[in-house]
Amino acid sequence: MTDILMPALSPTMEEGTLTKWHIKAGDTVSAGQVIAEIETDKATMEVEAVDEGEVLEILVAEGSEGVKVNTPIARLAGDEVAPAPKAAEPQSQPMTQTEAEAPVQAPKAAAPAAKPTAELRDPEIPADAKLVKTTIRDALRDAMAEEMRRDDAVFLMGEEVAQYQGAYKVSRELLQEFGPQRVVDTPITEHGFAGLGVGAAMAGLKPIVEFMTWNFGMQAIDHIINSAAKTLYMSGGQIRCPIVFRGPNGAASRVGAQHSQDYSAWYAQIPGLKVIAPYDAADAKGLLKAAIRDPNPIVFLEHEMMYGIEFDVPEIEDYVVPIGKAKVRREGTDVTITAHSRMVGFALQAAEKLAEEGISAEVVDLRTLRPLDTETIINSVKKTNRLVSAEEGWGRMGVGAEVVASVIAEAFDYLDAPPLRVHQEDVPLPYAANLEALSIPGVDKIVAAVKQVMA
Amino acid sequence: MAKAAVQKSSSEQGEIRIPNTPQASKEDLLRYYREMVLIRRFEERAGQLYGMGLIGGFCHLYIGQEAVAVGVQESVKQGHDKIITGYRDHGHMLAAGMDPNAVMAELTGRAGGSSKGKGGSMHMFDVPTGFYGGHGIVGAQVALGTGLAFAGKYRGDDSVSFVYFGDGASNQGQVYESFNMAQLWKLPAIYIIENNEYAMGTAIDRASSTTELYMRGASFGIPGEQVDGMDVLAVRDATARAVARARAGEGPYILEVKTYRYRGHSMSDPAKYRSKEEVDEVKKTRDPIDHIKMLLAAAKVTEDELKAVDNEVKAIVAESVQFAQESPEPDPSELYTDVYVEA
Repeated sequence: MTDILMPALSPTMEEGTLTKWHIKAGDTVSAGQVIAEIETDKATMEVEAVDEGEVLEILVAEGSEGVKVNTPIARLAGDEVAPAPKAAEPQSQPMTQTEAEAPVQAPKAAAPAAKPTAELRDPEIPADAKLVKTTIRDALRDAMAEEMRRDDAVFLMGEEVAQYQGAYKVSRELLQEFGPQRVVDTPITEHGFAGLGVGAAMAGLKPIVEFMTWNFGMQAIDHIINSAAKTLYMSGGQIRCPIVFRGPNGAASRVGAQHSQDYSAWYAQIPGLKVIAPYDAADAKGLLKAAIRDPNPIVFLEHEMMYGIEFDVPEIEDYVVPIGKAKVRREGTDVTITAHSRMVGFALQAAEKLAEEGISAEVVDLRTLRPLDTETIINSVKKTNRLVSAEEGWGRMGVGAEVVASVIAEAFDYLDAPPLRVHQEDVPLPYAANLEALSIPGVDKIVAAVKQVMA
Repeated sequence: MAKAAVQKSSSEQGEIRIPNTPQASKEDLLRYYREMVLIRRFEERAGQLYGMGLIGGFCHLYIGQEAVAVGVQESVKQGHDKIITGYRDHGHMLAAGMDPNAVMAELTGRAGGSSKGKGGSMHMFDVPTGFYGGHGIVGAQVALGTGLAFAGKYRGDDSVSFVYFGDGASNQGQVYESFNMAQLWKLPAIYIIENNEYAMGTAIDRASSTTELYMRGASFGIPGEQVDGMDVLAVRDATARAVARARAGEGPYILEVKTYRYRGHSMSDPAKYRSKEEVDEVKKTRDPIDHIKMLLAAAKVTEDELKAVDNEVKAIVAESVQFAQESPEPDPSELYTDVYVEA
């Protein structure tokens, strides 16, 4: 007997829906035959048989949702002599991916960023505002759609943003609403289309340039820095560059060093740029709307692992979050943890764990890295007297280094312990699952750092 | 589907598409002469000011290439079309109609400069004349200029983007990324390759596997032609044809303009990579100002008329030098302005 297992469509997929069976018990299948269709929230795929033999039993019924990867879904009568396959080697594999080849976001159930029980209600959101569960992916899409409705000069360009509906489905349905003139599929030519976007911005348009990931944006870094960030200054204020560069940043899952990098510190060093790295869907929406309206060049860092996570988004007409303001996500008295993007979720989970041990941690979500809201950070440290910074990127010359330096310069006398930084290990990101987990910082490292500054 | 119609100049093609002798009125010729002489005198004085320590950093002079910017400019609808170039940009700015005082004062780093002294030789801009820089990274202006063309097409305003770059930049990857998108989307971009034969100190045949730069758009289906860049009328007419296509929605065009740079790459050029005889030969036989003087003589323009233009230009340049020296340095408070537009 051979079990056919639920296959993974992508590196980050953990479960999916078994939408259709093409076979039934008693059928004989041959290797390569399409036997089923599965889908996640962004992709659909046909599954083909690897082995041949008679179908003994369908184990998971058509239409089942939330089927975990590697769950046996059907059983074949096979060659009894062959060794049984190990569970980690799925007996099915993708034949045709009808959707993105880029990693699919893990569904909500697998979300690493649990909503903390003690999270503060955002004072910017009116108490009577209705909150709607929205994924970050859809919040970003809604922000772009609202701004494109509001201003004809706003357009989106990038690889696969139009007909494909976005490599990560962030631009889903924008082509249908706004047409190919305003939702522009580009060739794979980051340096060229980033430069083209900057030129269009100089001429008064308001481009949103999507990089499929910020790793590919590195090909375009000359235009982001030399052309977009500096021209206002070099022209004595004459030439504006109202452009948003956006896309997923940071580590994905098991995609290796070239596709897993946090560019926060890189861009946050550049005068002339504003750099935004939101954590939840409300901020993703409100800050992206603010970014599109801002007359300056913006680097907008989304997180590859968070697109599918749902958060409350206020149902408010024109919800705009101001750029440059950090947000205290959880109040505490013993230690301040600063974080941005996905690390905010880990910091909140760490705070929850620490609370169980009697340590009260305050979590400051930086939200914008340039300009950095040092006032909120310093006010927090003046209250807690201890600081741990957390970031996904490398530590040296990093965001945490800047946070710590600001606190030391302006609140040194308030510190009861040397601040600590939590960050990725100082190596390129490895592929092996165990090494990758060792390299990327998470809840445990934050908890350990807090305990060290509390010691 | 337009085939990749790379064409040589009309005479080499063996058919006559335009009159062999370009026509120009006496008034037009005098205007071209004035613009070209203005650039040359301006650049000569800039070189002197550099030697006196009044201009710092890099300073790339346009002497020898005057007919290119002046000839192209005849097709520019000022304030409607867009112009963009690299770091050898003084000539394009003057041809575009920028105030010589503001250009010279930018060279001296003064408050009266077009960028308030914060840009320098390679970074000047002027929205009213459609001049979008002045870019110091070789090849960057090609992608940016393609974006200016994109904006024109997006708005449907029939504007054209004039994108200048050199034989050196023509080997940058982003040039071809831009060509691809420009032709794919039929953008109104005129790519003007000023082939002055040297990329800094490297002769074109030492850096380029093919030296026929007008053919560089062939694999994208962008037509191109070679133009005598020392003949202002040839540049003018070739540009006019390319612009007519672009305004009609037929997409980009490449003009490889054969020209020559008399001075060094920048002020610190060792001049070891070419002989003095080579430079002298071009000056003697191909000088663009000598060429238009012949046309002016044929049009019966008198020495007195030329002298009047020369004197007018001399006065303009002298005034710009005075302005550039008397304009104060930028106020220290300017250090922190223009980093961001206040939202």
